[in-house]
Amino acid sequence: MSSNMLNLEAKLSSKIFDSDIEMVPTRNGYGEGLVRAGKENKNVVVLCADLTESTRSHLFAKEFPERFFEVGVAEQNMATIAAGFGISGKIPFISSYAVFSPGRNYEQIRTTIAYNDSNVKVAGAHAGISVGPDGATHQATEDMAIMRAMPNMKVLCPCDAIEAKKATVAAAKIWGPVYLRFGREKSAVITTEGTPFTPGKAEVFWQSRKPECAIIACGILVHNALLAAHDLEKEKIGTIVLNNHTLDPIDDRVVKEVAKKTGAVVTVEEHQITGGLGGAVAEVLARVFPVPIEFIGMQDIFGESGPPHDLVEKYGMGVKDIKKAVKKVIKRK
Amino acid sequence: MEPLHEGKLKHLEELATGIRETIIETLLEAKSGHSAGPLGMADIFTALYFHILNHRPKKPDWSDRDRLILSNGHICPVRYVTMAYAGYFPIEELKTLRKINSRLQGHPHRGVLPGVETTSGPLGSGISQAIGVALTARLDNKKYFVYCVTSDGEHQEGNAWEAIMFAGKQKHKLNNLIVIVDRNNIQIDGFTEEIMPLEPFVEKYEAFNWHVMEVDGHNMTEFVDAVNEAKAIYEKPTVIIAHTIPGKGVSFMERDFAWHGKPPNKEEAEQALKELRTLGTRIKSEHE
Ligand SMILES: Cc1ncc(C[n+]2csc(CCOP(=O)(O)OP(=O)(O)O)c2C)c(N)n1
Ligand SMILES: [Mg+2]
Repeated sequence: MSSNMLNLEAKLSSKIFDSDIEMVPTRNGYGEGLVRAGKENKNVVVLCADLTESTRSHLFAKEFPERFFEVGVAEQNMATIAAGFGISGKIPFISSYAVFSPGRNYEQIRTTIAYNDSNVKVAGAHAGISVGPDGATHQATEDMAIMRAMPNMKVLCPCDAIEAKKATVAAAKIWGPVYLRFGREKSAVITTEGTPFTPGKAEVFWQSRKPECAIIACGILVHNALLAAHDLEKEKIGTIVLNNHTLDPIDDRVVKEVAKKTGAVVTVEEHQITGGLGGAVAEVLARVFPVPIEFIGMQDIFGESGPPHDLVEKYGMGVKDIKKAVKKVIKRK
Repeated sequence: MEPLHEGKLKHLEELATGIRETIIETLLEAKSGHSAGPLGMADIFTALYFHILNHRPKKPDWSDRDRLILSNGHICPVRYVTMAYAGYFPIEELKTLRKINSRLQGHPHRGVLPGVETTSGPLGSGISQAIGVALTARLDNKKYFVYCVTSDGEHQEGNAWEAIMFAGKQKHKLNNLIVIVDRNNIQIDGFTEEIMPLEPFVEKYEAFNWHVMEVDGHNMTEFVDAVNEAKAIYEKPTVIIAHTIPGKGVSFMERDFAWHGKPPNKEEAEQALKELRTLGTRIKSEHE
């Protein structure tokens, strides 16, 4: 099939362009990853602030009740208790919604986890506008920016539930503070167990023969990026789609490489366009290989209540928006 | 403010039952949102909006109005419904709760809906915001009172106790601040006393130098009397710990923390409405 230019080495799902693709929230991957990490290493402990089930940390709590700590609605307390664990040999994961952790407890994370270089993993669930009906108070759209700006902190934003599980297991093995970002809503499972995943290494998911633009995406919108690439191929516009799950440290070698190959970039994220993936890519390219860039994401605005899919469209992160941005950026070359 | 006489009480009780019915209908239409807290606080909100607050629904930005800060934003269905009943906006608009382009956000947002004083949802930060408003009243020599509705669960937030400590400082003279706690003993993961005990709750507030009262949150006469006492207290802020039954009025929701954050489905809503209508009829007949 000529319009399908998926990178075979990425071993992606065969259903990416089908309407019956499996849908699972990325937070499920977190819960499953915690259980795996807990089995692999007895030093893994998990804390939660009254959101045990919705962050999926209940899976770990069930398996390892003695290593699970309910702190109540107290994210600041959760972060600082975890900091103590992390400096004394444990590998704590703290779980809440991203607006509350790392939102509410930003300063505690900065001081007692990042500056302290304590081995804490911060898991922010319900990130992005796809949180839906709960509205803007619960839709974290600045979390990657604040965590990326923080020294010592690594930032991962997995693209689906399978990658989320791999990222969680990997985080337990990375020494030092890590931020993991997850979504609430069911989203397309685009990778498979066999898809390569190494923190810090961006993966090419789509590779046209004559790419004119690179779409660099993260999180659940990688799926929209692939759908856009598929449509554009039919219109004879070639692209590369990069799954850039690690924002910090960003894979500047591969980012530079795709910019060089195509001469134009579109970034795609469920986050403010400042400070997140768009910011990270722009910072790299401004330094090593400047090309025109268009930014898909929240345009310096808060979200609102609504069905997740409709919100993604309303706020300009739909497939058609990505296609438009690709065409626009190619014209700017 | 005058105490509740018998006739007014009956009127308010009927109103509260109607508000509970509308909460159920609104949640059913929204397909998501919180049931237990809003039902449990329907009597308190009815008493506030229809007897206690000095306010003008048609002039929501009237500068001398009493302020009602809702700290536990997730119970906003009860606030929205009561506000609609009080005339702040058309009852019809309740159908837009949690939908796209709505003024009725899943958690209340200041600015889009006149009468909503603060954006809330993230827990534990309402009392401190209420303090800011109450201090403004002091500085501006305004006579309005600041009411802050808060939940028991959010008293697990450090931020809440930072605020309570601040307000208890005598120098601040925050006797214009009245905090109302929805003491319903539940939160998302279970019962407060099992998740993270709040007791001895009264003594804690007293230790922070507050005037503390406890009321039955479903007895509006008691609640109105407590507010009157709070207004008369000169040297301290007051907290009214209102003992409520989460899900009050709907048998299968009452006291069950599973109903913290979900709406009824069609069958459940029908059952709930049946029970509430029976209750409404009973109140009416007692009245006659
Ligand atoms: C800072 C913060 N952390 C976590 C949450 C998620 N949350 C929403 S309601 C709630 C339960 C709090 O208990 P309470 O307010 O007593 O609940 P209710 O009595 O209404 O069931 C939690 C943990 C939140 N909204 N804000
Ligand atoms: Mg409660």
